[in-house]
Amino acid sequence: MNLRSFAIALSAAVALPLSAANAADLEVTHWWTSGGEAAAVAELAKAFDATGNHWVDGAIAGSGGTARPIMISRITGGDPMGATQFNHGRQAEELVQSGLMRDLTDVATRENWKDIIKPASLLDSCTIDGKIYCAPVNIHSWQWLWLSNAAFKKAGVEVPKNWDEFVAAAPALEKAGIVPLAVGGQPWQAAGAFDVLMVAIAGKDTFQKVFGDKDEEVAAGPEIAKVFKAADDARRMSKGTNVQDWNQATNMVITGKAGGQIMGDWAQGEFALAGQKAGTDYTCLPGLGVNEIISTGGDAFYFPLLKDEEKSKAQEALASTLLDPKTQVAFNLKKGSLPVRGDVDLAAANDCMKKGLDILAKGNVIQGTDQLLSADSQKQKEDLFSEFFANPSITPEDAQKRFAEIIAAAE
Amino acid sequence: MAGYSEGSGRPNQWLRNLNAKIASVPMILTAVVIFLGGTIWTVVYSFTNSKLLPRLSFVGLDQYERLWDAPRWLVSVQNLAIYGIFSLIFSLVIGFVLAALMDQKIRFENTFRTIMLYPFALSFIVTGLVWQWLLNPEFGIQSVVRSLGWESFTFDPLYNSDIVIYGILIAALWQGTGLVMCLMLAGLRGIDEDIWKAARVDGIPMWKTYLFVVIPMMRGVFITTLVIIASGIVKVYDLVVAQTSGGPGIASEVPAKYVYDYMFQAQNLGQGFAASTMMLITVAIIIVPWAYLEFGGGRKRV
Repeated sequence: MNLRSFAIALSAAVALPLSAANAADLEVTHWWTSGGEAAAVAELAKAFDATGNHWVDGAIAGSGGTARPIMISRITGGDPMGATQFNHGRQAEELVQSGLMRDLTDVATRENWKDIIKPASLLDSCTIDGKIYCAPVNIHSWQWLWLSNAAFKKAGVEVPKNWDEFVAAAPALEKAGIVPLAVGGQPWQAAGAFDVLMVAIAGKDTFQKVFGDKDEEVAAGPEIAKVFKAADDARRMSKGTNVQDWNQATNMVITGKAGGQIMGDWAQGEFALAGQKAGTDYTCLPGLGVNEIISTGGDAFYFPLLKDEEKSKAQEALASTLLDPKTQVAFNLKKGSLPVRGDVDLAAANDCMKKGLDILAKGNVIQGTDQLLSADSQKQKEDLFSEFFANPSITPEDAQKRFAEIIAAAE
Repeated sequence: MAGYSEGSGRPNQWLRNLNAKIASVPMILTAVVIFLGGTIWTVVYSFTNSKLLPRLSFVGLDQYERLWDAPRWLVSVQNLAIYGIFSLIFSLVIGFVLAALMDQKIRFENTFRTIMLYPFALSFIVTGLVWQWLLNPEFGIQSVVRSLGWESFTFDPLYNSDIVIYGILIAALWQGTGLVMCLMLAGLRGIDEDIWKAARVDGIPMWKTYLFVVIPMMRGVFITTLVIIASGIVKVYDLVVAQTSGGPGIASEVPAKYVYDYMFQAQNLGQGFAASTMMLITVAIIIVPWAYLEFGGGRKRV
C-alpha cells in the first residue's frame, strides 16, 4: 500500500463514524430475538420513530447471558449505545457507580414516575443513591407453569391444577411418550425453575429470608429441603428434554411433546404467536397453582452517558416514550408481560395476563432474584442447578449444602 | 544469541549494529508492555475482589480458594486433562499413520491431502455446529443407523454426561488431524531416500524402519506439532460453546469457558483472573521444562 492510499484509508476511517452518526439516531441494544419478543420490540421502535427520532435496532441474539457482556464491554470500552436493556436490578449497578450511566431523575420527576409506576419496588431497583438511572418497561414474573392441554388429553389424565397433581400425572405422561416437564439446557432455566419451586413450596417469607437477607441457616433448613425434594421430582420429570433454548422448550409444550414447562410469562408471547388460546389450548398456573405469588422482576432500559447533545435529547424522548400508556399497552400485549403502570387499560389481555394483573392488584408480589442477588451469586446458582438437573447422581442433600454455601457467600 | 564474546579492543558494545537494535525496539516494547505487562496485570488483579470493573482492593488468596472449591472448575480441569491427553495421542498417531500411508507414492495424493486438510479450513464454531447436528440423536448418526433397521442403536454422546467430552474430542480430531498429517508428511519427505534404501538392503521391515529410524529423525517436526496441538488444547473454548455450551449441566465445561463466564456473565473479574492465572501456570509447567531442554544448556540436538 503506498502512502497516498494509506492516507485515504486513514481519513475514511476517521470520517465514517462521523457521517454515520445522524443527529437523532439512537442505537438500542437488547436481547429480544424470539418471535414474540421481536414483535414486541417492533412496537417500541414504532412509538419511538413517531417522536421524530430514529430507533436503530441493536438486537443481540442468544439471551441475556450472551448479550450482557457485549453491552457492558461496549459501555466500559468507550463505545456506548444510545440505550440498552438490562434486567432491572443489580446487573448495571457497577456501571452506574462508576458514572457511566445517565441520571434520569429530571425526566422522572417531570413525568411523575414515582406515582405512576406500580409496584414501587420497580423504581426502587432503578434508584441508586436517590437518583433514578433506568426506565422500567415491563413486569415479568417467573412463577408460571404452562401446561399443554393436548398432551394431558393424549395421556388420558385431567389437566392438573397444581404442582402436586402435575407430579402425580407424570407417569401417565411418560407412558404416552411425552416428556412431563420441559427444561431447556441453558443454565438460567434450571436456576429459575428452582426459584419458582421455592416460592410455591416454601412461601414468600422463606424466599425473602434466603435471597433477601441471605440467611444461610434458613437455606440449609427443613423448608428448603422440601424445595430440593420437589426439584428432585422436577429433575426426574425433565429427563429427555434434549433442547437448549427456552423457546424450543416452550415449543415442546405448544406441540404437545411435553406436558408442561416452568417458565416466566414471556413464554406467553410464544403461545400467542403459535395461535394458541389460553384456557383451551394451554393452561397457566401462576405460582404453580400452590402459592399465587409473582415476582416483579422485568426489563428496564438504561441510558449510557453520551457527549452528543442531540442524542441526549433523544434519550429523554425514548425514556418518556417507553412509559407512555399507549406504548405500554401495545408492547406488553405482544410481549406477554405486565405493564409497569397501574393506570393503563388492558381490556385486550388474555386469561393468563388477567390472572397476573389480579395477583398484582392484590399485592401478592415479591422481588425477583435479579434484584436481590448479584450477578456473581446468580451465576454460581446457575452452575449448581444446571449440574443438578443434568446429573441424577447429585443428591438433593448435597445440592442443598452447596446452595447454602452460595447464599452464605452472597453479598 | 550474544554471538562472540566482546573483544578487548572493540568500540562501545551497545552501539554496535545500531540500526538493527533500533528496528527491534517496537517488537521489544510490544512483547514487554502488551504480553508481559498484560500478564502481570492479570495476575496482580487476580488477588483483588474486582467485580465488573477492575479495582485494587486486595483479598489475598480468596479468589483461588473459591476457585478450587468450585465443582465447575474441578470438572473443567478434569475435562481439559481428558481432552488434552486423548487429543494429543490420537491426533499424533492418526496424523502420522495417515501421513505414512500417503507417503507410499499413491495415486491422487493431492486430492487426498486436500480432503484431509479441508476440515482445518473451517472455524471451530462451524466444526462444532456440524458435529452438533451429526451427533444429535434425532437428526444425526443415531437416526440414520436406526432408519437402516438397527432400532436399538444409541449414539448420543452430547446428551450423556459421562461421555460428552469424547463427543467434543471427535469433532476436534476431525478438524485437527489433517494439519498434523500435513506436517508429518512434510517431515517424511525430508527423510533422505538413501535411509530407506539402506534399511531395505539390511532387510529391516518397514514398520521397524518407521518406528526406530524415521520417527527419531523427525524429532523437530514432532516438537513443532506438539506445541501447535498443545496450545490448541489449553485454549479450547469455541468448540465447546458451539457443540454443547458446557452441557449437559456442567459436564463438558472447560477452563477457558469458566474464565469467560465468570469475567463477563458473573461480572466477577477477580475470579476470572484467578482462573486464567491457573491456566497460565499450567502452560508454564508444560512449556518451561521443554524450553529449557530445547534451548537451554547443552548442545542443540536437532
